[in-house]
Amino acid sequence: MLNRSLAPHIKDAVEYSISLKSPAIFKLDNNVDVYNVQAGTEEVVQIEWVFKAGNWFEEKKLVASAANFLMKNGTGNKSAYEINEFVDFYGAYLNRSCYNETAVVSLHCLSKQLEHILPLVQEIFMDAILPEEELLIYKQNMKQRLAVNLKKCDFIAGRKIDALLFGEQHPYGVYSEMGDYDALQREELLAYYNAFYKNGHCTIFSAGILPSNFQELLNRYFGKLPFNKTVIQEKYHAILPSAQKKWNILNDAEGVQGAIRIARACPLPTDPVFPKLQVLNVLFGGFFGSRLMTNIREDKGYTYGIYSYLMNHMHASAILISTEAGRDVCEATVKEVYHEMDQLRMHEVGKEELLLVKNYLIGTLLGDLDGPFHIIGRWKNLILHGMNVSHFNYYVDVIKSIQPHELKQLAEEYLIPDDFYELTVV
Amino acid sequence: MIQFDRFVLKNGLKVLVHQDQSTPMAVVNVLYDVGARDEDESKTGFAHLFEHLMFGGSVNISDYDEPLQLAGGENNAYTTNDLTNYYCQLPAENLETAFWLESDRMLSLAFSKKSLDVQRKVVCEEFKEHYINKPYGDVWHMMRDLAYKVHPYKWMTIGKELAHIENAQLDDVKQFFFKHYTPANAILVVAGNVDTAHVKKLTEKWFGEIPSGVKYNRNVSQEPAQQEERRMTVKRNVPMDAIYKTWHMASRLEHDYYATDLLTDILGGGASSRLYQALVKERQLFAQINCYHFGSLDRGLFTIEGQLVKGVEIKDAEEAIESELDKVRSQLIDERELQKVKNKTESVMAFEDMSVMNRAGSLAFYELLGDGQLMNEEFKRYQDVTTEDLQRIAKDVLKDTNSNTIWYLAN
Repeated sequence: MLNRSLAPHIKDAVEYSISLKSPAIFKLDNNVDVYNVQAGTEEVVQIEWVFKAGNWFEEKKLVASAANFLMKNGTGNKSAYEINEFVDFYGAYLNRSCYNETAVVSLHCLSKQLEHILPLVQEIFMDAILPEEELLIYKQNMKQRLAVNLKKCDFIAGRKIDALLFGEQHPYGVYSEMGDYDALQREELLAYYNAFYKNGHCTIFSAGILPSNFQELLNRYFGKLPFNKTVIQEKYHAILPSAQKKWNILNDAEGVQGAIRIARACPLPTDPVFPKLQVLNVLFGGFFGSRLMTNIREDKGYTYGIYSYLMNHMHASAILISTEAGRDVCEATVKEVYHEMDQLRMHEVGKEELLLVKNYLIGTLLGDLDGPFHIIGRWKNLILHGMNVSHFNYYVDVIKSIQPHELKQLAEEYLIPDDFYELTVV
Repeated sequence: MIQFDRFVLKNGLKVLVHQDQSTPMAVVNVLYDVGARDEDESKTGFAHLFEHLMFGGSVNISDYDEPLQLAGGENNAYTTNDLTNYYCQLPAENLETAFWLESDRMLSLAFSKKSLDVQRKVVCEEFKEHYINKPYGDVWHMMRDLAYKVHPYKWMTIGKELAHIENAQLDDVKQFFFKHYTPANAILVVAGNVDTAHVKKLTEKWFGEIPSGVKYNRNVSQEPAQQEERRMTVKRNVPMDAIYKTWHMASRLEHDYYATDLLTDILGGGASSRLYQALVKERQLFAQINCYHFGSLDRGLFTIEGQLVKGVEIKDAEEAIESELDKVRSQLIDERELQKVKNKTESVMAFEDMSVMNRAGSLAFYELLGDGQLMNEEFKRYQDVTTEDLQRIAKDVLKDTNSNTIWYLAN
């Protein structure tokens, strides 16, 4: 008879050796670095062109994100429609995203279609015209999107907590208002495009099943472009955190939930203490079995989900706790968050719970490194932060070796309720 | 081409094994053939609430998540109007842990009062977060109710109202379990770095002795063909007017499903689609517009939804949609445009199949449709669609007497 109450033997995930497959690295003729992971089971590719063109470099709000968005909405030869139709016809996805330090153009397509698409990407980097008509549509639609978002407590809370942590003038804390869209001018977007894309600083990350002449293809279309010629001036932005720690905002009198954000500054991803904080974060609120989730969702039922995060910025980081909870239990939820901080400061985590966290982390890491897109994603994160594979290996070592007393010490330093900004938006 | 082996246990459990030695991981996916369409109209939201209770401990194991996490695994689940799917991924050496956990909760749950009390609250918060505390969040409650008069698709998976969830009793939970969570009503897919002979042994060991239970025979009333146009207008505290239109369309297993799916892409699939180009970019009547469907197993809803540019009359906006629909009804689209959406479909499929988890989930889904092998024949069915098919579907489906329209106005 099968004894079902007895768990099958497991191999502890911490016993797995984990290594990050190295990318092939080469330079194009114009000194653009390319990191390429050739792997996978499906005939697909992903290429990302990463520019130093995030909102860190803009002089006026929204210029970076608007230039990024409009870049594929028309060139000297092609209308926005012609570009979209071309990309769609080859079953490709050509997207762009603007972040804080970087802005990215990304391409996903079947390997067999790659050669058709690359000339178009080149054209976008050489000859985007950011048409006035497209800018007008963009302004109108973005303002409407903002108007809808302003009705949502989670949206209001998300941008407010960033402003509290970093200040509204800082690229991490800045947020847009209707008037900022109205103020956008085509000439400034063009100037931004010229400086930060056309003549900007570019790094390429690619992965998947690439054609054998991939290096030659990249060189043909991107190796002659005027990338990486001018040095982009590093800029300094002062962090001006809010003096007031606790905030309650009423956005919707009829709201049935409150968005809660609790946050404080913490060391950067490059800091040796960061990987240890990552483990502490997982234990505290970083996965389904975390302290916050177990208490606030699975015991009390106050929320559908509660998580804590470590921000992955390059110049300043933070620990953030985030949830939407029933309006009548918001206060109780905040109290329990602090209670869980207290527990981690006062008591060492038990051996078994820590082993669970470690096994979970290694197990998911093992799954995460499965597939070329995930592997290049790890590399991109390392390289853009100025790190290398030793940082990754160190992270794995930390997961495997960290001890209960170290986590308690970290909690004593970083999980002090008075140090946190606390925000509830209904 | 996705390769797999298939066998059936004596108790009726169907098992599919897909081997991929390129990954160190294994995936265990259990699909139960039960969804919101199997609910009683006075107890809606139950299939989904039940999904939450499946994590509240089983007859011999007090907690599902902990042992899985200890084995380096992670998991999740989802419920739709048609089905409930549970999946986990863990290092392949620890595969047996997943068998142990999944088989015990198929055998029986712990039926804990505490778990029910807590998950009722959790699901109520989920309800609020997604459908109440959100602009336009209630539209699908109204649309389903407008479009379906008979079929249980008339309520959403989350449920008709909070009260149905708040009133769920432990007895309901037990009845639901023994009615639907039987081996004969389930499909198990094991994928990744696994070996079929080994999986067979583990399956016999852990699932073999579970009683087959009484096979549930679905008897859902099908929606009669709609005969008249239906409309409603609501006013809400939202910043912009919006319009929602649906038409009844082919079920997932009908041949016309594929042409209908491609027609939604022609109209609303991305930046070069017709509605976006004509109504957002050229005429600037909409700030955004989408066309899609839900891929429902029974007859589903072909949907167009758009948010108007402030100041545009909703009547004019609707007429503009109609004028685009007129074009697909009255003229054949050209071959390049059809080829475009086929290419897009081919690409979407390849990207979906990248992860073992997706492959396992798809295999389970196609097995539910009748045969896992359908997964490999799917693209061929799209390739066979002609421009004449698209025009025929446009004429058949996109007609007023088959339509449901909601004007969702800012007050």
